[in-house]
Amino acid sequence: MLSRVANNLCWLGRYLERTENTARLISVNANLLLDLPKVIVLGWEPIVEIVSGHDEFYALHDKADEKSVIHFMVSEEAYPGSILKSLEFARENARTIREIIPREVWEQINELYLFAKENGHKSLQRRSRYEFLTEIIESIQKITGILSGTMTHDEGYQFLRIGRNLERADMTTRIIDVRSASLLQETETEQAAFENLQWMSVLKSLTAYQMYRREVRLRIRRPDVLKFLLLEEKFPRSLSHTFGQVKHCVQALPNSANVVAAIGAVEAQLHNANPQRLIQDKLHEFIDDMQFGIIEVFNQLEQTYF
Amino acid sequence: MAITWDNYDVGPFYDELVITAGEPRPYAKDLNEYLHNLSDAEVKEYKIAADSAIKVMGITFRVYNDEEGSIDRAWPFDIVPRLIPLSEWQHIEEGLVQRVKALNMFIDDLYNEQRVIKDGVFPADMLKKSKNFLPQCQGFSPKNGVWAHICGSDLVRDQHGTVYVLEDNLRVPSGVSYMLENRQVMKRVFPEMFEKYNILPVDDYPSDLYDMLAELSPRDIEEPEIVVLTPGIYNSAYFEHAYLAQQMGAELVVGSDLVVEDDDCVYMRTIHGLSRVDVIYRRIDDAFLDPEAFNPESALGVPGVMRAWKAGNVALANAPGSGVADDKVVYSYVPQLIEYYLKEEAILPNVPTYRCINDSEREYVLDNIEKMVVKPANESGGYGMLIGPHASKKEHDEFRQLIQSDPRNYVAQPMLLLSTAPTMVDTAVEGRHLDLRPFILSGEEVKVTMGGLTRVAMVKGSTVVNSSQGGGSKDTWIVDMEGQ
Repeated sequence: MLSRVANNLCWLGRYLERTENTARLISVNANLLLDLPKVIVLGWEPIVEIVSGHDEFYALHDKADEKSVIHFMVSEEAYPGSILKSLEFARENARTIREIIPREVWEQINELYLFAKENGHKSLQRRSRYEFLTEIIESIQKITGILSGTMTHDEGYQFLRIGRNLERADMTTRIIDVRSASLLQETETEQAAFENLQWMSVLKSLTAYQMYRREVRLRIRRPDVLKFLLLEEKFPRSLSHTFGQVKHCVQALPNSANVVAAIGAVEAQLHNANPQRLIQDKLHEFIDDMQFGIIEVFNQLEQTYF
Repeated sequence: MAITWDNYDVGPFYDELVITAGEPRPYAKDLNEYLHNLSDAEVKEYKIAADSAIKVMGITFRVYNDEEGSIDRAWPFDIVPRLIPLSEWQHIEEGLVQRVKALNMFIDDLYNEQRVIKDGVFPADMLKKSKNFLPQCQGFSPKNGVWAHICGSDLVRDQHGTVYVLEDNLRVPSGVSYMLENRQVMKRVFPEMFEKYNILPVDDYPSDLYDMLAELSPRDIEEPEIVVLTPGIYNSAYFEHAYLAQQMGAELVVGSDLVVEDDDCVYMRTIHGLSRVDVIYRRIDDAFLDPEAFNPESALGVPGVMRAWKAGNVALANAPGSGVADDKVVYSYVPQLIEYYLKEEAILPNVPTYRCINDSEREYVLDNIEKMVVKPANESGGYGMLIGPHASKKEHDEFRQLIQSDPRNYVAQPMLLLSTAPTMVDTAVEGRHLDLRPFILSGEEVKVTMGGLTRVAMVKGSTVVNSSQGGGSKDTWIVDMEGQ
């Protein structure tokens, strides 16, 4: 397999995953805001913070209000992380490897890009927002399904999965980082109910709520949520699971020693963590470590294969 | 009844399927009758079926325009096939084989002994002014002396029914994927016709191409590594590059995938490390092929690939420098070249061509420009041409000046009345002008595709068939009428 093709597949996986995650993030935030009392000013800024879009956003807008943030996250041409741009990149990546991926996948990506381009404005209205974002999420799920069901599970497919899982791990760390910073440390009586709501939203941003409930029967509490999102092997968006996936895929590739070592290192750090002790500063530090670990895995991939 | 032949207007042209209103050519009788018996609804249905087959198969080409940048377009396709009886085709085939053999001998001669110049058949002056002659190739001769492994020659037919060669494309001719896909579309749309006619198949092209390329491998190994080198997704023929790679099971690569190491061998970068490449079917023009040897600005090419080629470590198809014979001035010498190299008379005639570099011929062209087609020597795709009878006075004057300032770069031909074939316009048929591009593969043997790509000018009266300028295509059926 050509290095360029492997690289493209890896990024295709990343861009598709990023598109889905971004759509979820907006959708959950919109829902959450409807539930919170006006005194808790959570707003839309955290969304921009989660995707590290602060500078790009404030170069274009003065205030992080609903419309500006959503436009920025969905349709902004000048922001490479917007849904539209992610899809455009996914499409360009797919186009150059059209002879490698199933024809249907190319068609779906192409259609989805055109859909997002034409209908992005619908996300600005509360009424049509849900429908638009759901269409994005479901289409990506469909593409993932077609890939899994029709593409040969060869080396190329492993690269696609590696990209997807690294992006997923990255998003999980970002959501935990930003969300936990804006949450109160101690369970103060008055706001307890709302903290609960916000931790729920963290779970929901990662589609983890229902699964969390099945695993953890107790009231939603910070250490349990963290433990679930970081260490629950069986949950497909936990760090532990995504790292395991990447490792599994890489092991099927030639000359993978350095990449495997990089994953091993970040995995070891993860498993040494004790969610009970990860209070604010520690948590932030820990998340930084995880992100550096993910970057290192990617660097090793690049050096070995691309 | 959708299609009636009784009022089909042939006009002053030769029509490929109809002799005169109501009277089909003998080999087109069954087809015309079949079409006549279709209802309007059926015609519409078949057109939709063809369009959707094209869309589903992703048959596209890229066009550039100012408003939208570059976009993929579906290739316009006409469901009425163009028929040629096998007996006539065999004659054409023979002519093409002869022509391409002579052209390859000519190229090999030019880069080596230049006997053709010494013997006074081809003027030295012409070669000096040729833009496509590459001094870097002098003294080299590829395997079997073949330079242009893949040639696409454009054929036209005039009002008397004579088939002429209009030009030979020896650099990176494109269109063969449309020929193959058109046949797939027709099999889906008109399966009945394939039972009625003995239509000769075209599908073996990719495997013939593969075999021809494999023959070129410098290493004597079971499975040589063959790659298709594309300029990338923004090239108008990218679809074809990907298609042929897929059909041959070859790797589709861009310049940056390849690297020439100190051992003067070409490698591709794979996830297993560097892997040796034996044959490059390159779809990049000479000028961009190797920034070390030619255009240093080229980001499309592979630095050092000329070095590897000359060292005999990699085969390039077509060989660099083949374009020297793909020149409208050289074209005018082809009948003499055939005589010179093969001691045979040309089987297929050239369109009479005036070389503007000769004073008397130039005078004639300048005086009669409104009746002529003027072509620059080194352009392809229909760019930079003047079609005298369709042009304005101002354009005539512009071209007179162009010719006078650079006579070597222009040739002119009388305006041919190109043949037509019935083409669907809504649910009726009307004649539209067309040409034919067969593809000729030259390895140890020379092979011609069964028919080729018929390109048709979809606009009434137009003779411009290029896909970049509003042309479409038809499936071409070589029909064996023996015993019918």
